[in-house]
Amino acid sequence: MSQSIQTIEWIIPAVQTVHILCVATVLTSVLMIDLRLLGFRRREQPVAAVTARFLPFIWWPLPILLATGAVLITAEPARSLQNPVFLLKMGLLLAAAGVTLACQIPLRHNPAYWELSAGRRRAARLIAAASLPLWVGIVFAGRWIAYAQAG
Amino acid sequence: MLDSFLQALQDTSIATAIREGATLFPWIECVHVLALTVVIGSIAIVDLRLIGLTSRDRGVAQVTAAVLPITWSMFACAAISGGLLFSSNATVYGHNRYFQIKMALLLVAGVNMSVYHLFMSSDVQTWRTPAVTPLRARICGTVSLCLWIAIVASGRWIGFTLNAPT
Repeated sequence: MSQSIQTIEWIIPAVQTVHILCVATVLTSVLMIDLRLLGFRRREQPVAAVTARFLPFIWWPLPILLATGAVLITAEPARSLQNPVFLLKMGLLLAAAGVTLACQIPLRHNPAYWELSAGRRRAARLIAAASLPLWVGIVFAGRWIAYAQAG
Repeated sequence: MLDSFLQALQDTSIATAIREGATLFPWIECVHVLALTVVIGSIAIVDLRLIGLTSRDRGVAQVTAAVLPITWSMFACAAISGGLLFSSNATVYGHNRYFQIKMALLLVAGVNMSVYHLFMSSDVQTWRTPAVTPLRARICGTVSLCLWIAIVASGRWIGFTLNAPT
């Protein structure tokens, strides 16, 4: 399997293309939510409208990302599984998922949760400020996997 | 003529530093990938609204005004970082078929966007909810989305048709 992926030369770039398009979907959705949580364009839309619009687009590409990511690992396992940058990426991913859930879970009971008090608005800004660097780190680590040596 | 320009570009001190440095190229690549994902994602928000699939509760003009400043600033980052990557090996990239395809697709995407803004969207303020936009807008959105997907693909193929890290 690993060998056939490497010999059919269009598979890896094609899978990477799908992977990048899904990354684009997740990242832009994260950005839209975080900018609103940070207070940008606050007069246009309530937080609840922005989260309802974009949160699903953070989660549904995830299975595609995991599947395409798994194909890329299968293609070159030495490059990925023991690669410290790959492990860093997975760690950052878990942290980012945790931060996203911290934003999302309170909304289940009340879509306006993050706008109900000044304290909650501050907490939402903190969540956004934690989320953005994590996702930037995920993208950077993803690209560095190709350059780092398996450790 | 073109070749001597590419050679001169490649011989600049910045291009040489990127080519010969151990980590400069991957760092610039990181910025390029980050910027382009936001470019594609934000364009997709506008295109999907034009097609009528998402953000149907908001007017097209509202969606566009909120998103396009992000698109353009990230496009500038992608263009600058991409230009730096290109300069590091300009003679090779310049002759790479997928690079040429990518540039041609970018040009077509620019034409599609200009046609939309100049000729197709003069009545954009009236495209409010409920969400159906004119056929011409849905066509522009679909064409744009397909072009940008092809731009990502051709960009990724460049790396596999050179003898460089993938």
